[in-house]
Amino acid sequence: MPAVAQQSTEQMETLNDESVRTDLIPIFIMGKEYDVPSTLTIQKAFEYAGYQLIRGCGCRGGICGACATVYRLPGTAKINVGLACQTVVQANMYLTMIPFFPANRAIYNLDDLKPDAQTVLKYYPELAKCMGCNTCTKSCPMEIPVMEYISAALRGDIEQAAEISMSCVMCGICAARCPAELGQYNIGIMCRRITGKHIKPRAEHVREMIERVNTGRYEEPINGLINSDIETLRKLYVERQMEPHTAPEEWTPDLKDYL
Amino acid sequence: MGYTPDLLELIKKVEKTRQLRVNRKKAGEEFPALTLEQRKDRLEKYHPDYRAGALRELKVGPSKGYSVAQEIADQFEAKSRIDPDKIDLDEVHYETDVLVIGGGGAGTAAALLAEEAGAKVIIATKLRHGDANTMMAEGGIQAATKSWKDSPYYHYLDVMGGGHFENDPLLVKTMVSEAPKAIGWLESLGCMFNKWPDGKMFTLHGAGTCRKRMHYAGDMTGAEIMRTLRDEARNRIKNIGVLEFSPAVELLLDDKGFCSGAVLFNLETEEYFLIKAKAVVMATGGSGRLHMQKFMTTNHYGATGDGLVIGYRMGVKVRFLHATQYHPTGAVFPEQSEGLLITEKVRGAGANLVNIDGEQFVFEREPRDIESSSIIRECEKVRKGIPVPGQKGKFGVWLDSPMIDMLEGIGTVEREFPAKFILFKRYGIDISKLPMLVYPTLHYQNGGLEYKPDGYTSVPGFFVAGEVGGGVHGANRLMGNSLLDITVFGRLAGESAGKFVNERTEIGKLSVDHVRQYHKELEATGIVTDRVSPMVLPDYANPEVRKRQLTTTYIGSLR
Ligand SMILES: Cc1cc2nc3c(=O)[nH]c(=O)nc-3n(C[C@H](O)[C@H](O)[C@H](O)COP(=O)(O)OP(=O)(O)OC[C@H]3O[C@@H](n4cnc5c(N)ncnc54)[C@H](O)[C@@H]3O)c2cc1C
Ligand code: SF4
Ligand code: SF4
Ligand code: FES
Repeated sequence: MPAVAQQSTEQMETLNDESVRTDLIPIFIMGKEYDVPSTLTIQKAFEYAGYQLIRGCGCRGGICGACATVYRLPGTAKINVGLACQTVVQANMYLTMIPFFPANRAIYNLDDLKPDAQTVLKYYPELAKCMGCNTCTKSCPMEIPVMEYISAALRGDIEQAAEISMSCVMCGICAARCPAELGQYNIGIMCRRITGKHIKPRAEHVREMIERVNTGRYEEPINGLINSDIETLRKLYVERQMEPHTAPEEWTPDLKDYL
Repeated sequence: MGYTPDLLELIKKVEKTRQLRVNRKKAGEEFPALTLEQRKDRLEKYHPDYRAGALRELKVGPSKGYSVAQEIADQFEAKSRIDPDKIDLDEVHYETDVLVIGGGGAGTAAALLAEEAGAKVIIATKLRHGDANTMMAEGGIQAATKSWKDSPYYHYLDVMGGGHFENDPLLVKTMVSEAPKAIGWLESLGCMFNKWPDGKMFTLHGAGTCRKRMHYAGDMTGAEIMRTLRDEARNRIKNIGVLEFSPAVELLLDDKGFCSGAVLFNLETEEYFLIKAKAVVMATGGSGRLHMQKFMTTNHYGATGDGLVIGYRMGVKVRFLHATQYHPTGAVFPEQSEGLLITEKVRGAGANLVNIDGEQFVFEREPRDIESSSIIRECEKVRKGIPVPGQKGKFGVWLDSPMIDMLEGIGTVEREFPAKFILFKRYGIDISKLPMLVYPTLHYQNGGLEYKPDGYTSVPGFFVAGEVGGGVHGANRLMGNSLLDITVFGRLAGESAGKFVNERTEIGKLSVDHVRQYHKELEATGIVTDRVSPMVLPDYANPEVRKRQLTTTYIGSLR
């Protein structure tokens, strides 16, 4: 099937073939001008310019927070922020990555923490210095209302702090810009872990299943599967009852022997 | 930005058939799933692994004669980055009980458990701690935790069926039986799984599951697990040290043949360092950045298969590397989001895959390899793919996400898939109202180094956990079983390594003889090459720039 093979080579990532592209625009990487294709992300633009990234590149997918970038466009004083792997270049942008920021991080033992305001303040006393300037919110590339989770933490509403900060990628831009020198994202994860462990009710069905496994009740049925020939296994697989997509949570299968 | 006028025009065809498809789904009518025979046929005709020239027989090493992906064979049939005759084995820079190579989910879980067993641990990792595929996982983690409808027995059947019944049964048994414990452990570390008010966890279907057992934390399950494990490791800084930007490029043995440490490469200063350890846990993850058959990939920047290479060179066999996983739904538009994963949960929640005429052409919950093959077939054989604007010869199909809001209520897409919702919003596309353009993307290394349920390998002192290992998923992993795999086997390998160091009293004279041997074997086989491995970092630099770097020497992809 030559058609298949041929197309497959074309379904590749647009890696280096930008070298022949014509839609170039100027950008200023740490003040130095490079001409790069206009559709690239800042991250790919660095590579197009000839960098081999070591810092400032992790997931390439907007979730690891390695590539915090600040930039300014000509004619305005506004400092913009973005993740280099997610932000498309614009003509004449002046940019730099901030791949690391030395924010304070407390060392704690999660088991000992109580879910109240004193706890977070004890580990992060700088929390009380927040002056409500809202710079953190304005600078978050994930559009998290950062100041709100900081005030929730300060109020002792740890669960709310956890929920608001959930999509934080710990890129550090908020900390880099905070006049009160907070490490917001470290406060955020502490709140989330306290919430996950101490505030949200525990999943009892998980404990129950652990117990069941420990009694050894699945040993024999599973060993039975291990020892059966492939035809039997296939048959059991094909005939296993499917929980319908729209079934309610309490749905139970007809066959209960192996539950 | 947003969709081009041409695409918006085509989307109208999808909208035309949408209500009907939603109605069918509400009535419980699904597109017919393929039979096992039809599945086989589809794989053989359309899956990239089956293309002529996809695989190559290995000429050297412990799995000589076994055929693996060309790109991996290239890494195996290459020289070491270090010259065994030049390296000074007496100059040791770090010493520890357990060395964990790779700071992803498996490695960090292993570090925590090794520490609990009383060991001093060092994690050496390529980029930052947590820059890993684990961070990127979105959809969820499988485990049978609901005893009124599910059990490890059914989980076992699903895993085996997904892997075409070729999986290592003992590994599967261990994984499904330990699964509830893994979820309980993550919960106890403070992972915020989505829950009902009474604490019961939400669970969803994934492709190839017979029960809803996918636990999740929004659409950032992997990130939630990774940052939680990392945070816990940071709390134990007294016993768990982390060396970032320090990939391992070779393993060390002692004169008794026990694995005894590694050679690390400081990416920033370009120095090599030796680290001596009583036990080594290999947890370097996958290899998507080798770009098999030039496919785009979902993997993180450091996924270059390093652990495979250096483990293989030390004598550990590999398996299931003939099978590469292509995720059915990688974004192909807009260009900036190319290769990015659209989680399977979108299909799990009911979104159809449809062609240029708005017709559904496959059941949306087939196992991944079948689903991918079906999309490739639709584009290449049936020729009903949607041309990707501005990229000649590239096609995609629609993933009809707006169905989800129609099935589950307005706002579901935004609530259940916040990260992707924001991402596409940035590109001017509201995925709760408009479908996404997708095509299969290189996603997961199904196979890897051989290991046993407790993490042991054929080399004493050498343990394996996570995506770098092979066997538990057979030739095809199901969604949600990898986060489970890394948690279960990360824990087990860490525990084994922690105990192992208590029994190992001394480390003999360090040696890299295995590297010397391997080089000889390459030579004897007549493989003449200037390739070096592991790759460490992919090379995306502009070739035009390269040409002008007149006084620069590259070794492989590194300067
Ligand atoms: C986009 C995406 C979505 C996914 N979604 C899901 C999902 O929903 N459910 C699921 O179950 N699975 C999912 N997976 C798969 C799953 O996330 C991975 O298979 C799994 O997390 C791998 O974990 P790991 O610890 O083995 O490897 P990783 O998490 O990749 O960690 C490996 C680590 O080793 C480091 N490393 C590499 N080479 C070296 C070296 N030479 N020396 C030192 N360190 C090195 C890497 O930098 C990295 O930090 C997804 C994967 C991707 C890419
Ligand atoms: S809250 Fe701070 S660290 Fe988190 S994503 Fe926003 S700016 Fe980055
Ligand atoms: S930037 Fe700092 S001081 Fe300003 S609101 Fe945010 S946390 Fe408070
Ligand atoms: S590289 Fe991970 S967020 Fe940009």
